[in-house]
Amino acid sequence: MISANLSAIFYLISGVLFILALRGLSSPETSRQGNFFGILGMLIAITVTLLSIGNFSTGFLYLLIFFLIGGSIGAFIAFKIPMTAMPELVAGFHSLVGLAAVFVAISAFLNPEIFNLGSIGAIKIASLIEMSLGASIGAITFTGSIIAFLKLRGIMSGSPITFVGQHLINLLLGLSIVVIIFYLCKLQSELLFWCIIAISLLIGILLIIPIGGADMPVVISMLNSYSGWAAAGIGFTLENTALIITGALVGSSGAILSYIMCKGMNRSFFSVILGGFGASEQSSELKNKDQRPVKSGNADDAAFLMKNASSVIIVPGYGMAVAQAQHALREMVDTLKKNDIKVSYAIHPVAGRMPGHMNVLLAEANVPYDEVFELDEINNDFANADVAFVIGANDVTNPVAKTDPQSPIYGMPVLDVEKCKSVLFVKRSLSPGYAGIDNELFYKENTLMLFDDAKKMTEEITKNL
Amino acid sequence: MEIDPFIFRLSIFILSIFVGYYVVWSVTPSLHTPLMSVTNAISSVIIVGAIIAALAGSSENIFDKANIFGYMAIVLAAVNIFGGFLVTQRMLAMYKKKKKGKK
Repeated sequence: MISANLSAIFYLISGVLFILALRGLSSPETSRQGNFFGILGMLIAITVTLLSIGNFSTGFLYLLIFFLIGGSIGAFIAFKIPMTAMPELVAGFHSLVGLAAVFVAISAFLNPEIFNLGSIGAIKIASLIEMSLGASIGAITFTGSIIAFLKLRGIMSGSPITFVGQHLINLLLGLSIVVIIFYLCKLQSELLFWCIIAISLLIGILLIIPIGGADMPVVISMLNSYSGWAAAGIGFTLENTALIITGALVGSSGAILSYIMCKGMNRSFFSVILGGFGASEQSSELKNKDQRPVKSGNADDAAFLMKNASSVIIVPGYGMAVAQAQHALREMVDTLKKNDIKVSYAIHPVAGRMPGHMNVLLAEANVPYDEVFELDEINNDFANADVAFVIGANDVTNPVAKTDPQSPIYGMPVLDVEKCKSVLFVKRSLSPGYAGIDNELFYKENTLMLFDDAKKMTEEITKNL
Repeated sequence: MEIDPFIFRLSIFILSIFVGYYVVWSVTPSLHTPLMSVTNAISSVIIVGAIIAALAGSSENIFDKANIFGYMAIVLAAVNIFGGFLVTQRMLAMYKKKKKGKK
Protein backbone atom coordinates (compact mmCIF):
# COMPACT_ATOMS: atom_id res chain seq x y z
CA MET A 1 0.00 0.00 0.00
CA ILE A 2 1.50 3.35 -0.97
CA SER A 3 0.15 6.74 -0.02
CA ALA A 4 -2.14 8.71 -2.28
CA ASN A 5 0.40 11.51 -2.57
CA LEU A 6 3.20 9.19 -3.63
CA SER A 7 1.03 7.49 -6.25
CA ALA A 8 -0.04 10.91 -7.55
CA ILE A 9 3.64 11.74 -8.08
CA PHE A 10 4.13 8.52 -10.01
CA TYR A 11 1.06 9.24 -12.16
CA LEU A 12 2.59 12.61 -12.94
CA ILE A 13 5.83 10.91 -13.97
CA SER A 14 4.01 8.57 -16.29
CA GLY A 15 2.16 11.56 -17.75
CA VAL A 16 5.50 13.23 -18.48
CA LEU A 17 6.82 10.03 -20.05
CA PHE A 18 3.81 10.01 -22.39
CA ILE A 19 4.65 13.57 -23.45
CA LEU A 20 8.21 12.41 -24.19
CA ALA A 21 6.80 9.48 -26.17
CA LEU A 22 5.08 11.89 -28.55
CA ARG A 23 8.05 14.23 -28.55
CA GLY A 24 10.25 11.36 -29.78
CA LEU A 25 8.21 11.16 -32.97
CA SER A 26 9.66 14.46 -34.18
CA SER A 27 12.25 12.44 -36.09
CA PRO A 28 12.64 8.76 -37.02
CA GLU A 29 15.94 8.55 -35.09
CA THR A 30 14.42 9.42 -31.72
CA SER A 31 11.10 7.71 -32.34
CA ARG A 32 11.99 4.27 -30.99
CA GLN A 33 13.26 5.80 -27.78
CA GLY A 34 9.97 7.67 -27.58
CA ASN A 35 8.01 4.47 -27.86
CA PHE A 36 10.10 3.03 -25.04
CA PHE A 37 9.18 6.03 -22.84
CA GLY A 38 5.54 5.33 -23.61
CA ILE A 39 5.85 1.71 -22.53
CA LEU A 40 7.69 2.77 -19.37
CA GLY A 41 4.99 5.30 -18.53
CA MET A 42 2.30 2.66 -18.94
CA LEU A 43 4.23 0.20 -16.76
CA ILE A 44 4.59 2.78 -13.99
CA ALA A 45 0.91 3.71 -14.10
CA ILE A 46 -0.24 0.09 -13.88
CA THR A 47 2.22 -0.87 -11.14
CA VAL A 48 1.39 2.16 -9.01
CA THR A 49 -2.32 1.48 -9.31
CA LEU A 50 -1.87 -2.14 -8.20
CA LEU A 51 0.32 -1.09 -5.29
CA SER A 52 -2.01 1.65 -4.14
CA ILE A 53 -4.95 -0.76 -4.01
CA GLY A 54 -2.70 -3.32 -2.34
CA ASN A 55 -5.20 -6.11 -2.87
CA PHE A 56 -3.35 -9.18 -4.09
CA SER A 57 -6.07 -11.74 -3.34
CA THR A 58 -8.03 -13.90 -5.78
CA GLY A 59 -9.22 -10.82 -7.61
CA PHE A 60 -5.65 -9.97 -8.54
CA LEU A 61 -5.21 -13.42 -10.06
CA TYR A 62 -8.28 -12.90 -12.25
CA LEU A 63 -7.01 -9.47 -13.19
CA LEU A 64 -3.73 -10.97 -14.31
CA ILE A 65 -5.49 -13.61 -16.37
CA PHE A 66 -7.73 -11.05 -18.08
CA PHE A 67 -4.78 -8.77 -18.68
CA LEU A 68 -2.81 -11.56 -20.31
CA ILE A 69 -5.77 -12.66 -22.44
CA GLY A 70 -6.17 -9.12 -23.77
CA GLY A 71 -2.43 -8.69 -24.08
CA SER A 72 -1.92 -11.82 -26.15
CA ILE A 73 -4.77 -10.90 -28.47
CA GLY A 74 -3.22 -7.46 -28.92
CA ALA A 75 0.28 -8.83 -29.48
CA PHE A 76 -1.01 -11.39 -31.96
CA ILE A 77 -2.80 -8.71 -33.97
CA ALA A 78 0.22 -6.39 -33.84
CA PHE A 79 2.51 -9.00 -35.35
CA LYS A 80 0.06 -10.39 -37.91
CA ILE A 81 -1.47 -7.22 -39.33
CA PRO A 82 -0.27 -6.26 -42.83
CA MET A 83 0.81 -2.62 -43.12
CA THR A 84 -1.84 -1.94 -45.76
CA ALA A 85 -4.46 -2.65 -43.08
CA MET A 86 -3.17 -0.02 -40.63
CA PRO A 87 -6.16 2.33 -41.07
CA GLU A 88 -8.70 -0.29 -40.06
CA LEU A 89 -6.47 -1.52 -37.24
CA VAL A 90 -6.25 1.97 -35.77
CA ALA A 91 -10.01 2.43 -36.17
CA GLY A 92 -10.54 -0.89 -34.41
CA PHE A 93 -8.24 0.08 -31.57
CA HIS A 94 -10.06 3.38 -31.12
CA SER A 95 -13.31 1.51 -30.67
CA LEU A 96 -11.73 -0.49 -27.84
CA VAL A 97 -10.56 2.63 -26.00
CA GLY A 98 -14.05 4.08 -26.35
CA LEU A 99 -15.71 0.95 -25.01
CA ALA A 100 -13.22 0.66 -22.14
CA ALA A 101 -14.06 4.26 -21.16
CA VAL A 102 -17.76 3.37 -21.18
CA PHE A 103 -17.17 0.31 -18.99
CA VAL A 104 -15.09 2.22 -16.47
CA ALA A 105 -17.75 4.93 -16.29
CA ILE A 106 -20.45 2.31 -15.75
CA SER A 107 -18.60 0.66 -12.90
CA ALA A 108 -17.89 4.05 -11.35
CA PHE A 109 -21.61 4.77 -11.49
CA LEU A 110 -22.59 1.38 -10.05
CA ASN A 111 -19.96 1.39 -7.33
CA PRO A 112 -19.08 5.03 -6.54
CA GLU A 113 -17.69 4.28 -3.06
CA ILE A 114 -14.51 2.63 -4.34
CA PHE A 115 -13.72 5.67 -6.45
CA ASN A 116 -14.50 8.09 -3.57
CA LEU A 117 -17.32 9.68 -5.51
CA GLY A 118 -19.98 9.45 -2.83
CA SER A 119 -22.51 6.64 -2.49
CA ILE A 120 -25.16 5.15 -4.75
CA GLY A 121 -27.96 7.64 -5.15
CA ALA A 122 -25.77 10.43 -3.76
CA ILE A 123 -22.92 10.73 -6.21
CA LYS A 124 -21.22 14.10 -6.31
CA ILE A 125 -22.68 16.31 -9.03
CA ALA A 126 -19.29 17.15 -10.56
CA SER A 127 -18.38 13.46 -10.75
CA LEU A 128 -21.72 12.63 -12.36
CA ILE A 129 -21.16 15.21 -15.08
CA GLU A 130 -17.59 14.01 -15.66
CA MET A 131 -18.50 10.34 -15.89
CA SER A 132 -21.52 11.04 -18.10
CA LEU A 133 -19.36 13.00 -20.50
CA GLY A 134 -16.67 10.30 -20.43
CA ALA A 135 -19.24 7.57 -21.06
CA SER A 136 -20.99 9.56 -23.77
CA ILE A 137 -17.85 10.45 -25.74
CA GLY A 138 -16.56 6.92 -25.21
CA ALA A 139 -19.77 5.44 -26.62
CA ILE A 140 -19.67 7.76 -29.65
CA THR A 141 -16.04 6.76 -30.24
CA PHE A 142 -16.98 3.09 -29.94
CA THR A 143 -19.76 2.90 -32.51
CA GLY A 144 -18.20 5.57 -34.73
CA SER A 145 -14.96 3.62 -34.94
CA ILE A 146 -16.82 0.39 -35.65
CA ILE A 147 -18.52 2.03 -38.63
CA ALA A 148 -15.17 3.48 -39.79
CA PHE A 149 -13.62 0.02 -39.40
CA LEU A 150 -16.38 -1.63 -41.45
CA LYS A 151 -16.05 0.99 -44.20
CA LEU A 152 -12.26 0.70 -44.34
CA ARG A 153 -12.42 -3.10 -44.38
CA GLY A 154 -14.89 -2.90 -47.25
CA ILE A 155 -17.50 -4.88 -45.27
CA MET A 156 -19.68 -1.81 -45.50
CA SER A 157 -19.84 0.30 -48.66
CA GLY A 158 -17.57 3.35 -48.55
CA SER A 159 -20.18 5.54 -50.18
CA PRO A 160 -21.94 8.04 -47.94
CA ILE A 161 -25.32 7.04 -46.52
CA THR A 162 -27.53 10.10 -46.22
CA PHE A 163 -31.19 10.65 -45.47
CA VAL A 164 -33.45 13.63 -45.01
CA GLY A 165 -33.24 15.36 -41.65
CA GLN A 166 -30.01 13.60 -40.72
CA HIS A 167 -28.35 16.63 -39.21
CA LEU A 168 -31.50 17.65 -37.38
CA ILE A 169 -31.73 14.22 -35.78
CA ASN A 170 -28.08 14.35 -34.70
CA LEU A 171 -28.62 17.79 -33.23
CA LEU A 172 -31.70 16.69 -31.31
CA LEU A 173 -29.94 13.59 -30.01
CA GLY A 174 -26.99 15.70 -28.88
CA LEU A 175 -29.29 18.14 -27.09
CA SER A 176 -31.22 15.31 -25.46
CA ILE A 177 -27.98 14.07 -23.90
CA VAL A 178 -27.40 17.46 -22.31
CA VAL A 179 -30.95 17.45 -20.93
CA ILE A 180 -30.61 13.89 -19.61
CA ILE A 181 -27.32 14.72 -17.87
CA PHE A 182 -29.11 17.62 -16.19
CA TYR A 183 -31.87 15.35 -14.90
CA LEU A 184 -29.37 12.66 -13.96
CA CYS A 185 -27.73 15.12 -11.60
CA LYS A 186 -31.10 15.84 -10.00
CA LEU A 187 -32.56 12.32 -9.88
CA GLN A 188 -29.43 10.09 -9.76
CA SER A 189 -31.43 7.51 -11.70
CA GLU A 190 -29.61 4.51 -13.13
CA LEU A 191 -32.02 4.34 -16.05
CA LEU A 192 -31.06 7.84 -17.20
CA PHE A 193 -27.40 6.86 -17.14
CA TRP A 194 -28.11 3.91 -19.44
CA CYS A 195 -30.11 6.25 -21.70
CA ILE A 196 -27.09 8.52 -22.12
CA ILE A 197 -24.99 5.56 -23.21
CA ALA A 198 -27.64 4.21 -25.59
CA ILE A 199 -28.21 7.58 -27.28
CA SER A 200 -24.46 8.16 -27.58
CA LEU A 201 -24.02 4.78 -29.24
CA LEU A 202 -26.65 5.81 -31.77
CA ILE A 203 -24.99 9.19 -32.38
CA GLY A 204 -21.69 7.44 -33.12
CA ILE A 205 -23.33 5.45 -35.90
CA LEU A 206 -25.28 8.38 -37.37
CA LEU A 207 -22.22 10.61 -37.29
CA ILE A 208 -20.00 8.37 -39.40
CA ILE A 209 -22.36 6.73 -41.94
CA PRO A 210 -22.71 9.87 -44.10
CA ILE A 211 -18.93 10.20 -44.50
CA GLY A 212 -17.38 8.77 -47.64
CA GLY A 213 -14.33 6.57 -48.14
CA ALA A 214 -11.77 9.19 -49.12
CA ASP A 215 -12.70 11.35 -46.13
CA MET A 216 -11.58 8.54 -43.85
CA PRO A 217 -8.28 10.25 -42.93
CA VAL A 218 -10.31 12.99 -41.27
CA VAL A 219 -12.65 10.52 -39.59
CA ILE A 220 -9.87 8.41 -38.12
CA SER A 221 -8.08 11.49 -36.79
CA MET A 222 -11.32 12.79 -35.35
CA LEU A 223 -12.10 9.52 -33.58
CA ASN A 224 -8.53 9.52 -32.29
CA SER A 225 -9.27 12.89 -30.77
CA TYR A 226 -12.58 11.70 -29.28
CA SER A 227 -10.95 8.71 -27.61
CA GLY A 228 -8.60 11.19 -25.92
CA TRP A 229 -11.42 13.41 -24.64
CA ALA A 230 -13.24 10.34 -23.33
CA ALA A 231 -10.11 9.29 -21.42
CA ALA A 232 -9.75 12.80 -20.02
CA GLY A 233 -13.38 12.75 -18.83
CA ILE A 234 -12.76 9.51 -16.97
CA GLY A 235 -9.48 10.99 -15.68
CA PHE A 236 -11.42 13.80 -14.00
CA THR A 237 -13.81 11.29 -12.45
CA LEU A 238 -10.96 9.18 -11.08
CA GLU A 239 -8.94 12.27 -10.14
CA ASN A 240 -6.01 10.72 -11.97
CA THR A 241 -3.33 13.00 -13.41
CA ALA A 242 -1.85 10.43 -15.80
CA LEU A 243 -5.24 9.94 -17.41
CA ILE A 244 -5.99 13.68 -17.59
CA ILE A 245 -2.62 14.46 -19.21
CA THR A 246 -2.91 11.59 -21.65
CA GLY A 247 -6.46 12.46 -22.56
CA ALA A 248 -5.46 16.05 -23.31
CA LEU A 249 -2.45 14.94 -25.38
CA VAL A 250 -4.40 12.44 -27.44
CA GLY A 251 -7.32 14.81 -27.82
CA SER A 252 -5.20 17.63 -29.20
CA SER A 253 -3.14 15.25 -31.31
CA GLY A 254 -6.23 13.91 -33.07
CA ALA A 255 -7.59 17.42 -33.50
CA ILE A 256 -4.38 18.63 -35.14
CA LEU A 257 -4.29 15.64 -37.48
CA SER A 258 -7.92 16.28 -38.49
CA TYR A 259 -7.00 19.89 -39.20
CA ILE A 260 -4.00 18.87 -41.35
CA MET A 261 -6.14 16.39 -43.28
CA CYS A 262 -8.91 18.93 -43.89
CA LYS A 263 -6.38 21.46 -45.10
CA GLY A 264 -4.94 18.83 -47.45
CA MET A 265 -8.38 18.60 -49.07
CA ASN A 266 -9.20 22.30 -48.78
CA ARG A 267 -12.42 21.38 -47.00
CA SER A 268 -13.74 22.69 -43.74
CA PHE A 269 -14.01 20.26 -40.88
CA PHE A 270 -17.77 20.74 -40.82
CA SER A 271 -18.29 19.99 -44.48
CA VAL A 272 -16.53 16.66 -43.97
CA ILE A 273 -18.53 15.84 -40.86
CA LEU A 274 -21.79 16.85 -42.49
CA GLY A 275 -21.25 14.24 -45.15
CA GLY A 276 -20.02 13.16 -48.56
CA PHE A 277 -19.03 15.09 -51.62
CA GLY A 278 -22.71 15.44 -52.38
CA ALA A 279 -24.82 14.86 -55.46
CA SER A 280 -24.01 18.02 -57.41
CA GLU A 281 -20.67 16.61 -58.52
CA GLN A 282 -22.36 13.67 -60.20
CA SER A 283 -23.62 15.95 -62.96
CA SER A 284 -20.19 17.33 -63.80
CA GLU A 285 -18.99 13.78 -64.11
CA LEU A 286 -21.74 12.99 -66.61
CA LYS A 287 -21.02 16.14 -68.61
CA ASN A 288 -17.47 15.06 -69.20
CA LYS A 289 -18.44 11.58 -70.19
CA ASP A 290 -17.93 12.28 -73.91
CA GLN A 291 -14.82 10.44 -74.93
CA ARG A 292 -11.73 12.54 -75.30
CA PRO A 293 -8.60 11.04 -76.75
CA VAL A 294 -5.96 9.78 -74.38
CA LYS A 295 -2.59 8.34 -75.16
CA SER A 296 -2.17 4.92 -73.70
CA GLY A 297 0.93 2.82 -73.67
CA ASN A 298 2.37 -0.39 -72.36
CA ALA A 299 5.16 -1.33 -70.00
CA ASP A 300 7.67 -1.20 -72.81
CA ASP A 301 6.94 2.46 -73.57
CA ALA A 302 7.08 3.35 -69.89
CA ALA A 303 10.41 1.59 -69.44
CA PHE A 304 11.80 3.41 -72.46
CA LEU A 305 10.75 6.81 -71.13
CA MET A 306 12.20 6.15 -67.70
CA LYS A 307 15.45 4.71 -68.99
CA ASN A 308 16.09 7.96 -70.84
CA ALA A 309 15.21 10.17 -67.91
CA SER A 310 17.65 11.59 -65.44
CA SER A 311 15.17 12.22 -62.65
CA VAL A 312 11.90 10.50 -61.80
CA ILE A 313 9.34 11.50 -59.19
CA ILE A 314 6.95 8.84 -57.90
CA VAL A 315 3.48 9.85 -56.76
CA PRO A 316 1.85 7.03 -54.79
CA GLY A 317 -1.78 6.96 -53.69
CA TYR A 318 -4.39 4.74 -52.17
CA GLY A 319 -4.47 2.56 -55.30
CA MET A 320 -0.92 1.47 -54.54
CA ALA A 321 -2.03 0.22 -51.15
CA VAL A 322 -4.99 -1.62 -52.64
CA ALA A 323 -2.80 -3.33 -55.23
CA GLN A 324 -0.08 -4.02 -52.61
CA ALA A 325 2.35 -2.61 -55.17
CA GLN A 326 4.84 -0.97 -52.77
CA HIS A 327 7.40 -3.80 -52.95
CA ALA A 328 7.20 -4.07 -56.73
CA LEU A 329 7.60 -0.29 -56.88
CA ARG A 330 10.73 -0.40 -54.75
CA GLU A 331 12.24 -3.03 -57.05
CA MET A 332 11.52 -0.85 -60.05
CA VAL A 333 13.17 2.10 -58.31
CA ASP A 334 16.20 0.00 -57.43
CA THR A 335 16.65 -0.83 -61.10
CA LEU A 336 16.30 2.83 -62.02
CA LYS A 337 18.89 3.81 -59.45
CA LYS A 338 21.31 1.29 -60.86
CA ASN A 339 21.02 3.23 -64.11
CA ASP A 340 21.97 6.44 -62.28
CA ILE A 341 18.50 7.90 -62.39
CA LYS A 342 17.56 10.14 -59.48
CA VAL A 343 14.33 8.99 -57.86
CA SER A 344 12.23 10.69 -55.19
CA TYR A 345 8.74 10.16 -53.83
CA ALA A 346 6.10 12.86 -53.48
CA ILE A 347 3.44 12.31 -50.84
CA HIS A 348 0.24 14.34 -50.74
CA PRO A 349 -1.07 14.93 -47.19
CA VAL A 350 -4.28 13.00 -47.85
CA ALA A 351 -2.82 10.18 -49.95
CA GLY A 352 -4.14 6.92 -48.56
CA ARG A 353 -6.75 6.35 -45.91
CA MET A 354 -5.01 7.77 -42.84
CA PRO A 355 -2.36 10.37 -42.04
CA GLY A 356 1.09 9.11 -43.01
CA HIS A 357 -0.32 5.95 -44.60
CA MET A 358 1.91 6.11 -47.72
CA ASN A 359 5.03 6.77 -45.65
CA VAL A 360 4.52 3.60 -43.65
CA LEU A 361 3.92 1.50 -46.75
CA LEU A 362 7.08 2.84 -48.40
CA ALA A 363 8.99 2.29 -45.17
CA GLU A 364 7.76 -1.28 -45.16
CA ALA A 365 9.14 -1.73 -48.66
CA ASN A 366 12.52 -0.47 -47.39
CA VAL A 367 12.39 2.88 -49.12
CA PRO A 368 14.81 5.20 -47.26
CA TYR A 369 12.78 7.92 -45.57
CA ASP A 370 15.08 10.66 -46.83
CA GLU A 371 13.90 9.95 -50.38
CA VAL A 372 10.29 10.60 -49.41
CA PHE A 373 9.05 14.20 -49.51
CA GLU A 374 5.92 16.08 -48.49
CA LEU A 375 3.95 18.21 -50.92
CA ASP A 376 5.55 21.54 -49.91
CA GLU A 377 9.06 20.15 -50.07
CA ILE A 378 8.90 18.67 -53.54
CA ASN A 379 6.27 20.57 -55.50
CA ASN A 380 8.80 22.88 -57.15
CA ASP A 381 10.88 19.94 -58.35
CA PHE A 382 8.27 18.66 -60.78
CA ALA A 383 9.19 21.35 -63.31
CA ASN A 384 12.76 20.04 -63.42
CA ALA A 385 11.93 16.34 -63.41
CA ASP A 386 11.76 14.24 -66.55
CA VAL A 387 9.15 11.69 -65.58
CA ALA A 388 6.37 11.64 -62.99
CA PHE A 389 5.15 8.15 -62.21
CA VAL A 390 1.65 8.35 -60.72
CA ILE A 391 0.65 5.09 -59.13
CA GLY A 392 -2.74 4.80 -57.50
CA ALA A 393 -3.22 8.53 -56.98
CA ASN A 394 -5.76 10.60 -58.86
CA ASP A 395 -7.56 13.64 -57.44
CA VAL A 396 -4.41 14.89 -55.71
CA THR A 397 -2.76 15.41 -59.11
CA ASN A 398 -5.69 17.08 -60.86
CA PRO A 399 -4.64 20.49 -62.23
CA VAL A 400 -8.30 21.54 -62.28
CA ALA A 401 -7.91 22.33 -58.58
CA LYS A 402 -5.75 25.28 -59.62
CA THR A 403 -7.58 26.44 -62.73
CA ASP A 404 -11.33 25.85 -62.51
CA PRO A 405 -13.19 27.72 -59.76
CA GLN A 406 -16.32 25.69 -60.62
CA SER A 407 -14.65 22.44 -59.70
CA PRO A 408 -15.54 20.87 -56.35
CA ILE A 409 -11.87 20.41 -55.59
CA TYR A 410 -10.90 23.97 -56.53
CA GLY A 411 -8.36 25.35 -54.05
CA MET A 412 -7.19 21.98 -52.84
CA PRO A 413 -3.39 21.82 -52.79
CA VAL A 414 -2.29 19.44 -55.55
CA LEU A 415 0.99 18.04 -56.76
CA ASP A 416 2.18 19.89 -59.89
CA VAL A 417 2.60 16.65 -61.79
CA GLU A 418 1.67 18.22 -65.14
CA LYS A 419 4.83 20.33 -65.09
CA CYS A 420 6.96 17.25 -65.64
CA LYS A 421 8.29 16.60 -69.13
CA SER A 422 6.27 13.42 -69.25
CA VAL A 423 3.72 11.82 -66.96
CA LEU A 424 3.12 8.10 -66.60
CA PHE A 425 -0.23 7.36 -65.07
CA VAL A 426 -0.88 3.83 -63.84
CA LYS A 427 -4.59 3.26 -63.52
CA ARG A 428 -7.04 0.50 -64.19
CA SER A 429 -9.45 2.61 -66.22
CA LEU A 430 -10.36 6.21 -66.98
CA SER A 431 -12.93 6.25 -64.19
CA PRO A 432 -12.92 9.43 -62.12
CA GLY A 433 -11.50 9.51 -58.62
CA TYR A 434 -13.35 9.88 -55.36
CA ALA A 435 -14.34 13.48 -56.01
CA GLY A 436 -16.25 12.22 -59.04
CA ILE A 437 -14.53 14.52 -61.51
CA ASP A 438 -12.42 13.90 -64.53
CA ASN A 439 -8.69 14.37 -64.19
CA GLU A 440 -7.45 16.87 -66.80
CA LEU A 441 -4.09 15.23 -66.56
CA PHE A 442 -5.35 12.19 -68.50
CA TYR A 443 -5.77 14.24 -71.66
CA LYS A 444 -2.54 16.22 -71.58
CA GLU A 445 -0.16 15.98 -74.48
CA ASN A 446 2.65 14.66 -72.32
CA THR A 447 0.65 12.07 -70.40
CA LEU A 448 0.88 8.38 -71.12
CA MET A 449 -1.80 6.22 -69.54
CA LEU A 450 -0.81 2.74 -68.44
CA PHE A 451 -4.01 0.77 -68.05
CA ASP A 452 -3.37 -2.15 -65.75
CA ASP A 453 -3.21 -3.32 -62.17
CA ALA A 454 -0.57 -1.19 -60.37
CA LYS A 455 1.47 -4.14 -59.17
CA LYS A 456 1.39 -6.04 -62.45
CA MET A 457 2.33 -2.95 -64.46
CA THR A 458 5.21 -2.05 -62.15
CA GLU A 459 6.62 -5.57 -62.38
CA GLU A 460 6.32 -5.49 -66.17
CA ILE A 461 8.19 -2.19 -66.35
CA THR A 462 11.00 -3.56 -64.19
CA LYS A 463 11.35 -6.49 -66.56
CA ASN A 464 11.62 -4.13 -69.50
CA LEU A 465 14.15 -1.78 -67.98
CA MET B 1 -11.45 30.12 1.08
CA GLU B 2 -9.62 27.06 -0.22
CA ILE B 3 -9.33 26.30 -3.91
CA ASP B 4 -11.27 23.26 -5.05
CA PRO B 5 -8.87 20.45 -6.17
CA PHE B 6 -10.94 20.27 -9.35
CA ILE B 7 -9.42 23.60 -10.38
CA PHE B 8 -5.94 22.10 -10.12
CA ARG B 9 -6.94 19.17 -12.29
CA LEU B 10 -8.51 21.54 -14.78
CA SER B 11 -5.25 23.51 -14.87
CA ILE B 12 -3.30 20.34 -15.59
CA PHE B 13 -5.79 19.47 -18.32
CA ILE B 14 -5.63 22.85 -20.04
CA LEU B 15 -1.84 23.06 -19.86
CA SER B 16 -1.56 19.51 -21.23
CA ILE B 17 -3.68 20.48 -24.21
CA PHE B 18 -1.15 23.20 -24.97
CA VAL B 19 1.77 20.85 -24.46
CA GLY B 20 0.05 18.39 -26.78
CA TYR B 21 -0.56 21.09 -29.35
CA TYR B 22 3.11 22.08 -29.60
CA VAL B 23 4.50 18.57 -29.31
CA VAL B 24 2.22 17.18 -32.01
CA TRP B 25 2.97 20.00 -34.46
CA SER B 26 6.63 19.06 -34.19
CA VAL B 27 5.92 15.46 -35.22
CA THR B 28 7.21 14.85 -38.72
CA PRO B 29 4.38 14.09 -41.20
CA SER B 30 6.02 10.83 -42.25
CA LEU B 31 5.45 9.52 -38.72
CA HIS B 32 1.76 10.43 -38.51
CA THR B 33 0.63 6.82 -38.67
CA PRO B 34 2.89 5.74 -35.77
CA LEU B 35 1.67 8.87 -33.94
CA MET B 36 -1.90 7.58 -34.19
CA SER B 37 -1.03 4.10 -33.03
CA VAL B 38 1.05 5.34 -30.09
CA THR B 39 -1.57 7.86 -28.95
CA ASN B 40 -3.96 4.97 -29.13
CA ALA B 41 -1.71 2.89 -26.91
CA ILE B 42 -1.18 5.59 -24.31
CA SER B 43 -4.86 6.47 -24.08
CA SER B 44 -5.28 2.91 -22.84
CA VAL B 45 -3.87 4.17 -19.54
CA ILE B 46 -7.59 4.17 -18.81
CA ILE B 47 -6.77 0.65 -17.60
CA VAL B 48 -5.92 2.39 -14.33
CA GLY B 49 -9.63 3.01 -13.81
CA ALA B 50 -10.44 -0.53 -14.90
CA ILE B 51 -8.04 -1.98 -12.32
CA ILE B 52 -9.60 0.06 -9.53
CA ALA B 53 -13.06 -0.98 -10.68
CA ALA B 54 -12.08 -4.64 -10.77
CA LEU B 55 -10.09 -4.91 -7.56
CA ALA B 56 -11.39 -2.37 -5.09
CA GLY B 57 -14.42 -3.12 -3.05
CA SER B 58 -15.21 -6.10 -0.90
CA SER B 59 -13.00 -9.12 -1.56
CA GLU B 60 -15.69 -11.74 -0.85
CA ASN B 61 -17.68 -10.78 -3.89
CA ILE B 62 -15.14 -10.44 -6.66
CA PHE B 63 -17.67 -10.76 -9.44
CA ASP B 64 -20.00 -7.97 -8.46
CA LYS B 65 -21.69 -6.11 -11.32
CA ALA B 66 -19.27 -3.19 -11.10
CA ASN B 67 -16.25 -5.49 -10.97
CA ILE B 68 -17.30 -7.37 -14.09
CA PHE B 69 -17.30 -4.13 -16.08
CA GLY B 70 -13.85 -3.49 -14.66
CA TYR B 71 -12.56 -6.86 -15.83
CA MET B 72 -14.04 -6.36 -19.30
CA ALA B 73 -12.40 -2.97 -19.54
CA ILE B 74 -9.08 -4.56 -18.52
CA VAL B 75 -9.27 -7.01 -21.43
CA LEU B 76 -10.06 -4.21 -23.91
CA ALA B 77 -7.35 -1.89 -22.61
CA ALA B 78 -4.80 -4.71 -22.56
CA VAL B 79 -5.49 -5.49 -26.24
CA ASN B 80 -4.78 -1.84 -26.96
CA ILE B 81 -1.70 -1.51 -24.80
CA PHE B 82 0.06 -4.52 -26.24
CA GLY B 83 -1.32 -4.08 -29.75
CA GLY B 84 -0.68 -0.34 -29.85
CA PHE B 85 2.88 -0.32 -28.55
CA LEU B 86 3.96 -3.41 -30.48
CA VAL B 87 2.58 -2.29 -33.81
CA THR B 88 4.21 1.11 -33.28
CA GLN B 89 7.47 -0.63 -32.50
CA ARG B 90 7.10 -2.70 -35.65
CA MET B 91 6.49 0.35 -37.81
CA LEU B 92 9.31 2.39 -36.30
CA ALA B 93 11.73 -0.49 -36.78
CA MET B 94 11.08 -0.24 -40.52
CA TYR B 95 12.04 3.42 -40.54
CA LYS B 96 15.22 2.47 -38.72
CA LYS B 97 16.42 -0.29 -41.02
CA LYS B 98 16.40 1.86 -44.10
CA LYS B 99 18.68 4.54 -42.80
CA LYS B 100 21.26 1.94 -41.88
CA GLY B 101 20.83 -0.03 -45.09
CA LYS B 102 21.42 3.09 -47.10
CA LYS B 103 24.64 4.17 -45.47
